[in-house]
Amino acid sequence: MSRKTMFRSLLVTLLVAATLLSACGTAAEPVAEELAGSVEIFSWWTAGGEADGLNAMYVVFDSLYPDIEIINATVAGGAGSNAKAVLATRMQSGDPPDSFQVHAGHELIDSWVVADAMEPVTFIFEENGWLDSYPPDVIDILSYDGEIWSVPVNIHRSNVLWYNRAVFEENGLTVPTSFDEFFAAAEVLSEAGVIPLALGDNGIWTAVHLFESVLLGSMGPEAYRGLWDGTTDWAGPEVAEALDTFAMMMEYVNEDHAALSWDQAAQYVADGDAAMTIMGDWAEGYFKSIGLTPDVEFGWAPSPGTAGSFIMLSDSFGLPLNAPNRENAIAWLIVCGSQEGQDAFNPLKGSIPARTDGDRSLYDVYLQSAMDDFATNAIVPSLAHGAAASEGWSTSVSDVMTFFITDLDVTAAQAGLVQACVDAGVCE
Amino acid sequence: MAQRERWIAVLIVLPSILLIAIFVYGFIGWTAAVSFSEWDGIVPDYTWAGFENYNQLFNSASVAGRRFTIDLWNTLFFTIFFLLICIAIGLLLAILLDQKIKGEGIFRTIYLFPMAISFVVTGVVWQWIFAPGTASRPRGVNALLNMAGLDSLRWGWFTDTTEIGVFHVALIPVIIAAAWQLIGYTMAMYLAGLRGVPEELREAARVDGATEIYIYRNIVLPILRPITLSALIFLGHISLKIFDLIYTMTGKGPGFVTDVPGIFMFETTFQGNHYAQGAAISSIMFVMVALVIVPYLIFSLRQEVEI
Repeated sequence: MSRKTMFRSLLVTLLVAATLLSACGTAAEPVAEELAGSVEIFSWWTAGGEADGLNAMYVVFDSLYPDIEIINATVAGGAGSNAKAVLATRMQSGDPPDSFQVHAGHELIDSWVVADAMEPVTFIFEENGWLDSYPPDVIDILSYDGEIWSVPVNIHRSNVLWYNRAVFEENGLTVPTSFDEFFAAAEVLSEAGVIPLALGDNGIWTAVHLFESVLLGSMGPEAYRGLWDGTTDWAGPEVAEALDTFAMMMEYVNEDHAALSWDQAAQYVADGDAAMTIMGDWAEGYFKSIGLTPDVEFGWAPSPGTAGSFIMLSDSFGLPLNAPNRENAIAWLIVCGSQEGQDAFNPLKGSIPARTDGDRSLYDVYLQSAMDDFATNAIVPSLAHGAAASEGWSTSVSDVMTFFITDLDVTAAQAGLVQACVDAGVCE
Repeated sequence: MAQRERWIAVLIVLPSILLIAIFVYGFIGWTAAVSFSEWDGIVPDYTWAGFENYNQLFNSASVAGRRFTIDLWNTLFFTIFFLLICIAIGLLLAILLDQKIKGEGIFRTIYLFPMAISFVVTGVVWQWIFAPGTASRPRGVNALLNMAGLDSLRWGWFTDTTEIGVFHVALIPVIIAAAWQLIGYTMAMYLAGLRGVPEELREAARVDGATEIYIYRNIVLPILRPITLSALIFLGHISLKIFDLIYTMTGKGPGFVTDVPGIFMFETTFQGNHYAQGAAISSIMFVMVALVIVPYLIFSLRQEVEI
């Protein structure tokens, strides 16, 4: 065991101990149910903070249900690309794990719920009184056909603008809150020889990620929500305006955007070669991992035009129909959704709890601000990360964006987006 | 007795014939069947869709159709240049090595070595080499050009979206990487062929006053023709199915400049769950490779019969 992992495990143990102690007063006494056997948990958390977080949740589970053996079934691969293929094979051959990690929302609903492969978990929410602990917008995103389909363990925010504080100060700029302010600042920055906006869309999802922020900034949360159920017209003027804005932003992006990944783009901001980047809040974890301090070297704000709104994505665990150890799986889901479970997992993963009653003292300054926004903002689902639309739909949008970042042809892109909605079976 | 031996022989090869029949030809047939179905999403749906999935891929008004058209052109150009470069440089290296130079073994190993590396590794390394960087901070080859004072030659490499007709210049770095990996293999094939050319033939030609160039053009190259054919088939089926190198090196690229059918198939099937469309792309790729392989098989079978 290297010194680093030893330190990590120590940290995990301490944190878990702390949460357990602090939880004693608030949570119901752990019911010493006579559960035994095993429970197989399927996820793609194999390394770094996420694996530490998962282990911390296992520690919590183990203290409540010492007789249940946890089978940690993980498949490595970014954002679950490999895990999803393995899961699909197992589910199709009738060999589901007891519980599996899945992006909350339509990635789960349109893949597995419509395939009648899942059991609703509404009863777990009701029996544990969670309906008041989670924001109603989140319950909406998790729901389909009047039932809740998975238990979210964490929340990440997508619409965050990260900026280099020193670069902003040198150029006498303040953080842009609207697109007009953004373009004014971008003009100043490019004259000063700084790349205004860093983008790394080698994996095209980052362009989709930027686009969802621009969509929200152009039309507000109500119309944005309507995009995913067909009530907002993809052929309408708001979408055209968003595409126009996106095309203008591409003028201020680093010329090598197509060669970079999101973290290399974030590195440009860290080095001061670029001033801003729009990325989910895992970027904070990256900045911290290279030794930067939040609110000192780098700052953050909602992406332009999106103050008051929170694009969320969430990892959640579901209950497959015919789970071999259903009772144990339910016990696991209760840990996932509990305050102790989430406060054990999230400080290590670098995300915030999906509940609104997390222990703030465990989280850093950025995460605390995200918790505040999460409790008060309008919460909308992310397209790029599986919450808003089916995987088929978001793959089609990715293809439209692959053309659009190159030709910046608004008419063609809008036609492609309209067709993508039709192909997804949501629009007429 | 002969009859009995024949039966034993059949019995011995039967298991492998069965396995191949199921796991190769069975699944090829199944893929073809799926490509005519409406399977879209995780749940299989074998409703007959006719040629709908194929029509989509060749419908230039749809995003999928635009993408697939680009993919086919990219495959064509990639294949042509990749084959030409491998054959030309491979042959040249083989001829140079055949001059009975000192340390031939070392050179042979050096040239062959890239073949021992997986395409994934090659892809990652060449991505670093050709990463363009920015004007203020060029990377890779661009950084070298910049240091040499040749900043005007700096370009976007595999991220460049320039088109010459239907040829994307971004393919050039990918072709270089693929050729780097397989030139050594082509060289080894040619070297073996050159060693098979009887020395007496050359001697006889020299006695008759032929120049060395004449000997190569009119005696050696014609003898090497079957080797060229084998190399073309081998390299051709790699380039028609190429996936791993491009996937790790560039991905589909901005505006699909480096996209190929294999990447489209992978993304649409395993990320978008469009199983029927993925099966249609696979079937088209299968036909493309078959068009190359089948004539070769017929040709080589006929040769065996003659021998």
